[in-house]
Amino acid sequence: MAAPGQRLHILDRKIAVPGSSYAYPTTRDTRVGIVSASSNAYAAAGGRTTEVSLSAFSFLLSEMVQHVQARVTSIDALERRLEEAGYAVGLRVLELQQFRDKSVGKRKTRLLQALQWVSADMWRALFGKTADSLERSTENADEYMIHELQPITNVFVSVPPDLGQLNCAAYIAGIIAGALDGACFPATVTAHTIELAGQEANITAAGGPRCKTVFLVKFSEEVMRREAQLA
Amino acid sequence: MATSGKQHTRLGEQAWNKMSKVNAEFFALTYGAMVMQLVQDFEDTAAVNAQLDTMGYNIGVRLIDEFLAKSGTGACADLRDTAETIAKVAFKMFLGVVAEVANWNADGTAFSVVLYDNPLIEFVELPPQHCELLYSNVLCGVIRGALEMVQMKVECRFARDVLRGDDLNEIRVELKEVLAEQMDDQYFEGM
Repeated sequence: MAAPGQRLHILDRKIAVPGSSYAYPTTRDTRVGIVSASSNAYAAAGGRTTEVSLSAFSFLLSEMVQHVQARVTSIDALERRLEEAGYAVGLRVLELQQFRDKSVGKRKTRLLQALQWVSADMWRALFGKTADSLERSTENADEYMIHELQPITNVFVSVPPDLGQLNCAAYIAGIIAGALDGACFPATVTAHTIELAGQEANITAAGGPRCKTVFLVKFSEEVMRREAQLA
Repeated sequence: MATSGKQHTRLGEQAWNKMSKVNAEFFALTYGAMVMQLVQDFEDTAAVNAQLDTMGYNIGVRLIDEFLAKSGTGACADLRDTAETIAKVAFKMFLGVVAEVANWNADGTAFSVVLYDNPLIEFVELPPQHCELLYSNVLCGVIRGALEMVQMKVECRFARDVLRGDDLNEIRVELKEVLAEQMDDQYFEGM
């Protein structure tokens, strides 16, 4: 995981440079997410951009993956590096969203609350939608699964056969891990590609994705112990 | 010039409306995560700047395809037209912001793209040990790569950067040469 000393300070609100003629807008739009083409979003945010194109994001992610790929020897290591990058983002997303959340008692202390926050609120803030489903593993009590049919990281990605099980959503897995860890629910999160079967396959058959991504969240022991005490 | 400027703005709006969007903050954080990885991977700030430029170049060579396919702009008449297209159409289409063209040199071969609102630098402050970092250098690479694909060899550099204390972001673009269209040797061998 990223060592604190090596982080760039990317959560500090920018302070206007003294003597600067350009005043940063002080009002901001709290409604974030993928909003379909809306010309109002720009105006509502006081002239601040709230959206960029999906292409720009995809180009950026592609460069990020390529950079990492050139420096690792295995697919596993590649995914770990993407998770690391995501982890730092997750911490910041948590802080940012908590800061904007005006509700009372917003600190989530129960495991399920935290997971629901991630799969619904954080998801909506980042991707403009909630995750497709949140499930609990039937085998292990400490394992949960967040399902996402088409993660934003995989929209334009087709994994070549020689990279096998690579799933670029490892970046999002990192974000989940970062956000959960920041909320004191340390967990290992991994992204897995699962081929759609049965009913799901029929629904999305018309040009939809053939695979979905499952984020496996495995909470650490101390979380489960605390959860048992609180129950 | 005024009418053509308006036309560029309109084209930019149209192209922007057609694009799928993502949250700008998520984009900014992702870019931050990437720069952070580069900072960890390269000891030297100059190497990070160079790598950002290279990454931008790689993006630019591919981005021009999408730009030409979706923006609805035709071939540019001259460099002034090109400059306006970059600032008003391309920046709007991909980043949702409009840039200004300014500071033409006497020969009309160099101009500045002035960016008042840079989505990349949301939440960013440069720590003192990285004050030489050209955080948004990827943009220079994108312009260079994209223009090279339309036969224009340019040099791009960040002249002014809000993160380094300037009052706006200015990317200086200098036209070095217009590349002649020519066939690859392989093409002739096949004849």
